[in-house]
Amino acid sequence: MAIEDDVLVIGGGLAGATAALAAVDEGAQVRLVSHKQSTLRNASGLIDVLGYTPAGNGPLVDPFEALADLPEGHPYERVGLEGVREALAFFDEIAGDAYDGGHTDANALVPTHGGTVKPTARYPVSTAAGLASDDRDTLLVGFETLPDFEAPLAAAHLEAAGAPFAARGVTVRFPGVVRDDAKVTRYAHLLDHDETVETAAGETTARDALADIVRSQLEDESRVGFPAILGDDHADAVRADLAERLGVDVFEVPMGPPSLPGLRLEDLLYDALEDAGVRVTTGVPVIEYKTDTSGRIDHVVVDRNGTEIPHHADQYVLATGGLVGKGVRSERKRVFEPIFDCHVPHPADRYDWFVDDVFGDQPYARFGLPVDRDLRPLDPGDEPELSNLRAAGAVLGGYDFAAEKSGSGVSLATGYVAGQRAGTEAGQ
Amino acid sequence: MSDAQQPTDDGGPGDDDFEPIQVFPEAGEMDLRPGADNCYKCSTCDTNCPVAEVDDEFPGPKFQGPEQWRLKRQDDHDIDDSVMKCSNCMRCDSACPSEVPLSQMHNTARAEYVEENMSKLSREYWRNRMLANYRRLAPLGSMFPRTTNFVMGLSATQWLGEKLLGITGEREFPEFATETFREWWTKRGGAQVQNPDKRIAYFHGCYANYNPPEVAKALVRVYEHFGYEIMVPDQHCSGTPMFANGMLEDARRSAETNVRELAWALEDGADIIASCSSCSMSLRQEYPELFDFEGTEDVAANTWDAVEYLRVHEDLEAELEGTSVGDEFDDFAYHAPCHARNQGLDGQTVEVLEAIDGIDAHDVGDSCSGISGTYGWKEENYETSMKIGAEMFEHMEDADAKAGLTECPTCSMQMEHGTGYEITHTLEVLEAALVGPAAEADGQ
Repeated sequence: MAIEDDVLVIGGGLAGATAALAAVDEGAQVRLVSHKQSTLRNASGLIDVLGYTPAGNGPLVDPFEALADLPEGHPYERVGLEGVREALAFFDEIAGDAYDGGHTDANALVPTHGGTVKPTARYPVSTAAGLASDDRDTLLVGFETLPDFEAPLAAAHLEAAGAPFAARGVTVRFPGVVRDDAKVTRYAHLLDHDETVETAAGETTARDALADIVRSQLEDESRVGFPAILGDDHADAVRADLAERLGVDVFEVPMGPPSLPGLRLEDLLYDALEDAGVRVTTGVPVIEYKTDTSGRIDHVVVDRNGTEIPHHADQYVLATGGLVGKGVRSERKRVFEPIFDCHVPHPADRYDWFVDDVFGDQPYARFGLPVDRDLRPLDPGDEPELSNLRAAGAVLGGYDFAAEKSGSGVSLATGYVAGQRAGTEAGQ
Repeated sequence: MSDAQQPTDDGGPGDDDFEPIQVFPEAGEMDLRPGADNCYKCSTCDTNCPVAEVDDEFPGPKFQGPEQWRLKRQDDHDIDDSVMKCSNCMRCDSACPSEVPLSQMHNTARAEYVEENMSKLSREYWRNRMLANYRRLAPLGSMFPRTTNFVMGLSATQWLGEKLLGITGEREFPEFATETFREWWTKRGGAQVQNPDKRIAYFHGCYANYNPPEVAKALVRVYEHFGYEIMVPDQHCSGTPMFANGMLEDARRSAETNVRELAWALEDGADIIASCSSCSMSLRQEYPELFDFEGTEDVAANTWDAVEYLRVHEDLEAELEGTSVGDEFDDFAYHAPCHARNQGLDGQTVEVLEAIDGIDAHDVGDSCSGISGTYGWKEENYETSMKIGAEMFEHMEDADAKAGLTECPTCSMQMEHGTGYEITHTLEVLEAALVGPAAEADGQ
């Protein structure tokens, strides 16, 4: 017999986890199957809704106002303004004190490791003291062994971008890190456990040593920004401890991959899944599906290192990601969705998939599944491909999340709506 | 874009079949280039590596895998000795979002390092060879179990082990059984159930045979409860400790025997069942990645974890519904071994035990136990091993349970070593629920 559940969610990123949590809220027994680790590890951990319009106007002050003008077929247009608002409220409930920004509809401007500012609807508390709308002078601290964050350059870039404060960057040596290519988890581990480190002055602890080094660099700035490596499991304690020792506010600047704020968001979501009783299976892919006589999905097949394990559910949610997450794949002559072979509209000639300007309006960025307003993938004749399949997150087409800064918001909103409807329908 | 700028692989008339990948020479026995080319350096693997998080001397899986493979394209580089710091937990495999076969790269690099760069006269080589080939020593231990257990337990032996061989004196050696599983199996007259329609071939591995055989006996009783005919084919070590020590030739010899014997069992209509998560991992993933004996793929595709098989082929949860285990067991702190996690079995035990009345398994999170087979037995790795394990120990102590549960023999040793808890295998709990206390069942 198959492994049995009411709702099966395929994909373990922001969209999949949200869909599973929304479905379990409807009383369904839910399983989430995730092949590889989700791209949350590459994500900044920021929860954006919309930073720029599809035409490139922005940064937008109020992302919700702009939703009404999105073109037909955009994922936000499919779920509607209410869907987006409910999904954010749902996220706020899950995230609790870990995220800020729910007090206003307006976008916050969070400094990034490149010294640009990113418009976002919600942000981890670790970044809160660093907002670019705050006019307090800022010291940015980078580390010699962490070339991903060049603090003096980021500070200069922030000032050049017109930030309403003075920014200064310094580069110091991180106490206890001896490798030039130490992993971000190594920095976080040293601070999490406040491990003993050797300094010129003798043995001390990692937090103490770091505070000493930064104190000697601090002038009259009232806040200090670090690359986002300030702890993993005990990030709040690390930040509070450093702030107390330095006597100023401490914040993190979100980094590129691999990203600790993304990892912490993943932990937060998976803790919520466990608490909600969602069954989680990781490390194995869904490779195919079988339909019943009425054309619905009867079960999907999970490949467990060569052995095929059937998984049966009443409703299915596809949240396998886009071109990076491999929920949408391409070969030389076609773009396709690998599990259900759902329709992915794209030009026949692959030289029409892209434009020469790298940062131009890239057609491939919008590749993905078209869906109806119930989020069911549509075939070329605009009919649902499979009546008990919904899709959510980056596997959807019709939007360019990188240009619009809408990736997290679309995953949340479509994950929430797809999960809620799947959960409701499974209960009927 | 003008035609002149376009690459000529766009398919002009008559060259429909041309694929640019074909400009590379035909792949040899093991072509790791596509895997290396898939790496886009996102470093997700590095954030999953339990060793890199605590050990400053380890450069992480991205270096050990695709980067080192590229360095090796020129013949002027040896494999870096840090490859011996990899514990072979294989977490990087399921981390990689881009289909890079990291553990396959590590296994081949480690084998090359041991072959080319490790002195065959060194203490390290002989210590590793001994640990990797534990199965060859175990029969001696089992021949005189009481003497061996007495001698191995002496502090003088442990001191000697550390000084002479580099095996840590911090751990206590597992006791050898006074009767191995295979001896017990022969004595009871083999299979008690004959059933040509429901047949399994049991791959017990070394630990369940030579050390406490309770897990193997539990498997027999649970499967016979469901009406299965059990075959116990001849078998060698699965190869896991050999891969982890770069002894690829030793592993190849063992794998050849296992594939041959298990392929015969398949012909008799059996499916292959393993109770140790590293054994099933090895048969399912490492064999097809590293060897190409006839039948390797078949054996891999028909190998199952013992509990998973019952879930799919029987209605295990319905059978367990309403059962209890009496006073034998209470709640457990459950650790999913990395090698079970890599097979998508991470949630299975907690789900299955939900059906049994009166006990719960509390998952202690996704951290690695840190022992990784022979890794944590080496004197130079002991400290790293315990640092990695610290998170699991902490979560076990926080969990609402006073006993541990897992499916991997060495994880089990580490759990006991770090917390002092008694550690049980999931099959023993199923046996108690379905068949009754082990003591009564012994009468069979």
